[in-house]
Amino acid sequence: MSSLPYVQPAILADALSALSQQRLVPLAGGTDFYPARVGQPVADGILDLSRLTDLCGLSTSVSGWRLGALTTWSALRRAPLPAALCALQRVAAEVGGVQIQNAGTVGGNLCNASPAADGVPALLALDAQVELQSVRGTRTMPLGQFILGNRRTARAPDELLTAVLLPHSGAHTRSTFHKLGARRYLVISVLMVAARLDLDDSGRVAAAAVAVGACSEVAQRLPLLEQRLAGRRLDAALREVPHAHDLAALTPRSDVRASAAYRRDAALTLVRRALGALCDE
Amino acid sequence: MNDRSRPAVQPIGFELNGRGVQVAVTASARLSDVLRDTLGLTGTKVGCSAGDCGACTVVLDGQQVCACTVAAGQVHGRRLTTVEGLAADGTLARLQQAFLAHGAAQCGACTPGMLMAAADTLARHPDPSAEQVADGLAGVLCRCTGYRAIVAAVLAAAGGPVSLPQAAPGRAVGARVPRLDGAARLDGRECYAADEAPADALWLRAVRSPHARARFRLGDLAAWIASHPGIVDVLTAADVPCNSFGIFDAVKDQPVLGDARVRFHGEAVVALVGTQEAVSAVHDEELPIEWSVEEPVLGIEQGLAVTGAPLHDFAPDNVLVRGRVIRGEVDEALRRAAFVAEGEFVTSHVEHAYIEPEAGYAMRMPMPDGGDRLRVFACTQTPYMDRDEIARILAIEPDRVQVVPSAIGGGFGGKLDLSIQPLLAVASWKLKRPVRGVYTRPESMLCTTKRHPARMRVRFGCDRNGDLVAVDFLGDFDTGAYASWGSTVANRVPIHASGPYAVPNVRALTRAVYTNGPVGGAFRGFGVPQSTFAHETLVDELARACGMDPLAFRLRNAIRAGQATATGQVLTASAGLVACLLRLQPAWEAARRRVEALDPASAGALRRGVGIACMAYGIGNTVIANPSTMRVGLRRNGRVVLYNGAVDLGQGSSTVLVQICADALGLPVHLFDQVTGDTDRTADAGKSSASRQTFVSGNAARIAGSVLRERLLALVCAPADARLRLVDTQLQVGEGSGTRSLDLSALDADRNGDVAVGEGSFDPPTTPLDGDGQGMPYATYGFGAQFAEVEVDIELGTVRVLHVEAAHDVGRAINPTQVEGQIVGGIAQGIGMALMEEYVAGRSDNLHDYLIPTVGDVPPVVVHVIEDPEPLGPFGAKGVGEPAMIPTAPAITNAIRHATGVRVTRLPVTPDRLRAQLLGKAKA
Ligand SMILES: Cc1cc2nc3c(=O)[nH]c(=O)nc-3n(C[C@H](O)[C@H](O)[C@H](O)COP(=O)(O)OP(=O)(O)OC[C@H]3O[C@@H](n4cnc5c(N)ncnc54)[C@H](O)[C@@H]3O)c2cc1C
Ligand code: FES
Ligand code: FES
Repeated sequence: MSSLPYVQPAILADALSALSQQRLVPLAGGTDFYPARVGQPVADGILDLSRLTDLCGLSTSVSGWRLGALTTWSALRRAPLPAALCALQRVAAEVGGVQIQNAGTVGGNLCNASPAADGVPALLALDAQVELQSVRGTRTMPLGQFILGNRRTARAPDELLTAVLLPHSGAHTRSTFHKLGARRYLVISVLMVAARLDLDDSGRVAAAAVAVGACSEVAQRLPLLEQRLAGRRLDAALREVPHAHDLAALTPRSDVRASAAYRRDAALTLVRRALGALCDE
Repeated sequence: MNDRSRPAVQPIGFELNGRGVQVAVTASARLSDVLRDTLGLTGTKVGCSAGDCGACTVVLDGQQVCACTVAAGQVHGRRLTTVEGLAADGTLARLQQAFLAHGAAQCGACTPGMLMAAADTLARHPDPSAEQVADGLAGVLCRCTGYRAIVAAVLAAAGGPVSLPQAAPGRAVGARVPRLDGAARLDGRECYAADEAPADALWLRAVRSPHARARFRLGDLAAWIASHPGIVDVLTAADVPCNSFGIFDAVKDQPVLGDARVRFHGEAVVALVGTQEAVSAVHDEELPIEWSVEEPVLGIEQGLAVTGAPLHDFAPDNVLVRGRVIRGEVDEALRRAAFVAEGEFVTSHVEHAYIEPEAGYAMRMPMPDGGDRLRVFACTQTPYMDRDEIARILAIEPDRVQVVPSAIGGGFGGKLDLSIQPLLAVASWKLKRPVRGVYTRPESMLCTTKRHPARMRVRFGCDRNGDLVAVDFLGDFDTGAYASWGSTVANRVPIHASGPYAVPNVRALTRAVYTNGPVGGAFRGFGVPQSTFAHETLVDELARACGMDPLAFRLRNAIRAGQATATGQVLTASAGLVACLLRLQPAWEAARRRVEALDPASAGALRRGVGIACMAYGIGNTVIANPSTMRVGLRRNGRVVLYNGAVDLGQGSSTVLVQICADALGLPVHLFDQVTGDTDRTADAGKSSASRQTFVSGNAARIAGSVLRERLLALVCAPADARLRLVDTQLQVGEGSGTRSLDLSALDADRNGDVAVGEGSFDPPTTPLDGDGQGMPYATYGFGAQFAEVEVDIELGTVRVLHVEAAHDVGRAINPTQVEGQIVGGIAQGIGMALMEEYVAGRSDNLHDYLIPTVGDVPPVVVHVIEDPEPLGPFGAKGVGEPAMIPTAPAITNAIRHATGVRVTRLPVTPDRLRAQLLGKAKA
């Protein structure tokens, strides 16, 4: 009988080399990994990422923010982030309960690629890129290209997600995140909306980003709406810009959490509220 | 197995509760399993293994995490604290004390997780706000308490030293005596069903049907076993001596293992027995089972239409039983009524969602005379029924089965049916080895009973003055594939269908309908929460029609002593609904006025509403005898022992029964020890259900205490009112110079070590119902009224409950802390039933798709305890366990009606359903 390895490297290079040599499943916070295996023994070789401290935390440089893949939601929740990243901070505060926030990581959220992953719409709205590394090298791509479908990503088996990269925003950028569920805490989102507005010096919208999650296999930006928002003044009328046809590309499904029709209807409400909230700031 | 790889075993070292430990385990194993199975620290509970319930919360390097989502290998070199490590540190011991003082631990299954989350919260926020506490506890679910007591306990622990209430001798009744079994629930010592088993026990895992209706053929199991090392046996229907069980003798319709056919998704087909590793590694599809799937009958409609063959040959129309109460001339009265309100109401499958999944072990014990016995250790609400039923299944005498109930991590009716016990019993009996098993959360949800979904067509009529004149109720209840408690629901509901009101004309007809759905069983209220939803909605409509305030309308119609119920039973005493309503009235009127003065124009999408609902509930079994016997003994060492066969599911019977017995005997509670629920050592106290233990077993405990008192007084020829005292082994009787002393250590003791014993039995007086359901089905009734204030987001259809105020007539509150705990806990379950709980087999069999209220969903609750004494009750007490949840859902839906004008007719009223109704109303 062969034995399933459990590899716990202390540095990234060792992790990548292990991953290049054998079939291993990366394990970060375990909050998606274990719940997917209730009642079953672990039948995978494991690459435990928990010692890769290099991949934890947030740093900033000329090119933008770098968010280590192993950064936990708690760390993000407590980090001193600029208003531009408020959407991300709100996600961090609303994922699961404190236990999940303490263990769960941003990288795990993206790699697990659940349609209900809260991090995805927020990071889409923030124009995030992901960085993937393997012994073969490093590549980056927009988050929208990384997540291919329900639990499918562009990650090759020998790659690790090492960081999420966020461009620097102007001084007048603000963002927010709204999540909807049927109870106060511990909700897997019925749907969620993230929005970002870049303002020019006159206070008009220079660029807008709006993303909706849990209404399609992969969270989606709403480009038509974003274009119509550009150039508008930041006032209460902004709320009225979104219309049902802006959501036409969404393909919500009916499931135990809500009906498809409700998702479509509520998505519009949440989009309006998110924009309204950004105006009120 | 042969071709499979196994995870490597590795040495792992870490600091555990301040001490270094080394273990050699599979590094990818869950930390929760390593703590429990390898290190024997069973204080950390496992409720889901999926991060959903938080029962397994531990503190790792100063941060709370779920031990079930952490790999053992990840804790190497780190610092871990579990509940067993809490008491070491002074402040934390204070936290545990605060839990005890506030009644924050009921069943105790969530308690270790709550304590760890609370410890983490207090470490971060030494002086927390209530909101910070809620945020900190958000990841731990509690199904018993409704959270408010837990939040209060954490705030109290932050505030300084905590004192525990003490009861003066002879004054235990009415005192806030902390749970007598509380300490073990707080330090992790308490032994729940998955916490103990013989070391050499084999593991059992059932393979369950993925189909709601199918026939199947088993292939060559012997060959399959031979090719699977570690598998000892695969049990099939042929291994079960008598393969049918059920609650009532008339319908033993449920097989232990499906015999060539299955009737619901989740029914056990075969049971694997072997090493833990081997049974859990098998994928169900690997077994040689050939399925032929049939079209299932789902829902009441299909059940009654008998689409396809009937579920059972003995019920060709798929009707298990019909219930009926008829009084007066309903059609005539409705024709003459000034106002009639009617509606069709629908409710869903609701899951008990106790935090402890079913578990236990069975052990065949050889006897010298060859008459082997079987011990079954498991979580159960009804050890004596289990014993008899297991014996029946094994075709042996009941006295050869010993049932030892574990501490039980919540029940609410769900542990009134056999679940894992017969599987374990059959395996151990056949293999002559101890066999254990633990249900996973999905398995627990799939295969155990649910609240019956109901479809009710109801009409209520009143006259011009607002006096109710007639009720017409037609209710169908989905009892699923097997009978379970279906007939109890069908028989109880008609008696309660007209609500807690005096109504001269009542026609209430029910049917329990077989379908291929989950088995409908016992769940807090046995169908009455469903029927109360219907009648309280219609009563509100009538109040509106008459132009009366909803509370005033109910006050006018509330049944009073001297009036007759729908079954013609004239209540002679303890009918406290009027008192409940009067107590709520000032706050109710103020809340309605405040809310009605709000300007919707300035509220955006938010609308406030306040709604009220009332209930009555018959305490104890419907008509059927439900006796209880309690024994109390005085030991030579000066301790008193209560032999208490009642199972404490967290509701507190182990404390309340001692309080009652102590006052009857005249000795203080702290001198008592207990022998609880071991069918070999205690007498039959009946089941812990129907809110009966305080009333029925309470009476037995009171009588037992009085009998022992009389015996002791007789020993020294003392008068009836003489004071008793115990000083070490000296029993002192009387006061001052007249004191007589008895040295207990010098007396002869019986087999149990008791020098004197008192025994008491009680069976509530009832009379059978005639063909029209007329008679006296219960000896006494609990009453209550609740109002709720809600905030509805009309654009999203979401509802937030902002405040609940409850008044319940409990006869006498033996222990006010526990009464309040039952009420708030019941309200939490009512909130769940109203707003979020709907079980769909195979789709929501986990605790993230099946939502129960979290700490953020239960608002502050004001509890008013009304004590209209029941002359038959011990010190005037009756029950409150079920009554507490019954009016909550309709109070909420009536509040939604008040806020939005939408009448809710289907539960739960999820955001999508409410929004659809709001849109429909806007169109109309
Ligand atoms: C009770 C509960 C509540 C939850 N609530 C929410 C919620 O509100 N919102 C939400 O979005 N999610 C929620 N989740 C899901 C989960 O917590 C998050 O998705 C979390 O961010 C996952 O991170 P992790 O580190 O635990 O991932 P893991 O479980 O460790 O890994 C998840 C997957 O990603 C892969 N992976 C992880 N890191 C990497 C990497 N760096 N490179 C390559 N592959 C990697 C793993 O192989 C695995 O397949 C909840 C989970 C639970 C149990
Ligand atoms: S057992 Fe770990 S969260 Fe439920
Ligand atoms: S006390 Fe919390 S689940 Fe029972």
